[in-house]
Amino acid sequence: MDLLSFARGPALKIAMGVFFVGVFWRIVSFMLLRIRREYSRPRASLLRYVSIGLFATASRSWPHPQFIKRTGAGEALGYSYHMGLFAIILAYGPHIAFLGGLLGFTWPGLPSSVITGIAVVTATLFAGVLYRRVTSPVMRMISNFDDYFTWFITMLVLLTGLATSAHLGARYETLLAIHILSVDALLIWFPFGKLMHAFYIMPSRALNGAILARKGAAT
Amino acid sequence: MNEIQNDDQTPEQRVAGAMTGYSKEIGALSAFRLESCIHCGMCADACHYYIATEDPQYTPIWKVEPFKQAYKREASAFAPVFRWFGLKRAVTAEQLAQWQHLLFDSCNMCGRCSLICPIGIDVAALIEQARHAMFDAGLAPAELYTKAEHQQRTGQPEASVEPYREQLLAIGAQFGVAMPLDETEVDVMLCVPRTDIDKYPSAVAALGRVMQHLGVKHTFRSDALIAENYGYYSGGQEWQRAISLRLIEQAIACRAKVLLIPECGHAYTALRWEAADLYGKALPFQVMAVTEYLAIALHEGRLRLGKADIGSVSFQDPCQLDRKGGAGEAPRALMKAMGVDLHEMQNNRGFSFCCGGGGGVVDIERAAPLRYRTMEVKMREIDVTNSDSFLTGCSDCRNTFDDAQRHFGWNKTPQSLLELVATSLVPASDPL
Repeated sequence: MDLLSFARGPALKIAMGVFFVGVFWRIVSFMLLRIRREYSRPRASLLRYVSIGLFATASRSWPHPQFIKRTGAGEALGYSYHMGLFAIILAYGPHIAFLGGLLGFTWPGLPSSVITGIAVVTATLFAGVLYRRVTSPVMRMISNFDDYFTWFITMLVLLTGLATSAHLGARYETLLAIHILSVDALLIWFPFGKLMHAFYIMPSRALNGAILARKGAAT
Repeated sequence: MNEIQNDDQTPEQRVAGAMTGYSKEIGALSAFRLESCIHCGMCADACHYYIATEDPQYTPIWKVEPFKQAYKREASAFAPVFRWFGLKRAVTAEQLAQWQHLLFDSCNMCGRCSLICPIGIDVAALIEQARHAMFDAGLAPAELYTKAEHQQRTGQPEASVEPYREQLLAIGAQFGVAMPLDETEVDVMLCVPRTDIDKYPSAVAALGRVMQHLGVKHTFRSDALIAENYGYYSGGQEWQRAISLRLIEQAIACRAKVLLIPECGHAYTALRWEAADLYGKALPFQVMAVTEYLAIALHEGRLRLGKADIGSVSFQDPCQLDRKGGAGEAPRALMKAMGVDLHEMQNNRGFSFCCGGGGGVVDIERAAPLRYRTMEVKMREIDVTNSDSFLTGCSDCRNTFDDAQRHFGWNKTPQSLLELVATSLVPASDPL
């Protein structure tokens, strides 16, 4: 078995297995913990506070005006590279073909040259994220192995993908195998680190938003 | 460790027990909050301690770092892996002792950090839970611990020369206001901030006067006079429960329909939002802040207010009443009815900065120098409104600003909104 067959064969299957089982267990494990019942009289109706919670899934994407001067740049950087990553994953032809194979349907993508441009910008922004993490006293203090390793593995996927699409440095098959292996590694790491925020962010905004809204508190 | 904490355990044993207890009691919601953090550090930009000092240790989520460590090691999805491979070390007594400064001296439990988190995490709720573990580890600051212990045992946080019951009646006599005591079959049960009895008796009289004006049957109860809950401040949940139960039992005994919380933000959180959970069932009466109650009476036409002669005013929103309690419109309705020329601060309502004294910080002596630094943020906001005076609806805020006035030689005197209402009452016999 050559490297490419291994990367998209058994390695990918193992990675996806770890990914699905790990994500499932990470979510179920805290749901098995005690859930406290609230006995205080709510200020808002159930419909109102659930609606506000759902609205918070969108509204927390944009900082409150009172905070925007202090956090606007950081949020802009964060959302920009996330949008870049989404575009690369969901709008690049070979990725659509791969995901289409799993899902059973495909969708139109963007031209490769556009995706390459987006990938270069995204990688640059992502380098900026690391720079910010190591130069900001606050972020440096609260960062741990998870933050740096997650950054490293995501950047690895991004750079190997760019190298593959540009046929840079080695045979295309070798570059593709390395890129897929980096994706396998990312999938294996996913349930153990902060990449889980992909699954947590919306429920967190909704749940915390609804709990605050139940009191009529600011959300 | 608290020298007064008296058991046979070593500090290490007590900390180990507290952290295991924390991990077992954490619950799904707090676990979810800890799991969701992406270490973006934005919560620092909401915290007045960080804004005033730019010291990264005051980043709100950093204040729960040892507890995140304990959770990951003891109760998270991969806890055995963290333990077996030594990836997360057990929290030590020394480590936790360092965090006492971060969880008590430099956090007002104001909740502003919970509004900035892009993931939506209620960081303040995590900090409150961490205070519980600190208390169990014997690491509540002595000032808060001793007051909580005294209050859960006697009903008042400190011994007083005269019992508060006698002081209350004396205030009534001094101001010519009836202070009904220990009556039953009432509409409203009242309690008072200890701060008001000690420092602002006119606010106690104002409470009696507005109730008299409304003509509702009301009473104070000798066995549950004090609104503050030092169990809440100190992190001692059992004591918080005992202190709340004292009020709950008295409200039930006098068959009150409403337990009215005076101008005291943390008493509102403790009784309005947390007491029923500690009681274990829904309370058989309503808990309302006095400003909420008065705003409803105003809306119903029972509270008759004339124009207040006070000039321009800025208003300090108590964090627990507005940001965390949702009662921020009531004071504005009252001020509007009195024709108050309100000059809002740049950060108001849910986004208001804490006075700096909340969460028991005003009681912690060693925290004063840092508290004064953070207060400058708030004082600047008040100054730039160019208002003649400023009002608040919380006696702890008032007390903290009074202290600032003395410390800085500041030219602003905080005033009570309730007192302003009491001086603006229009009798039913007079035209509005």
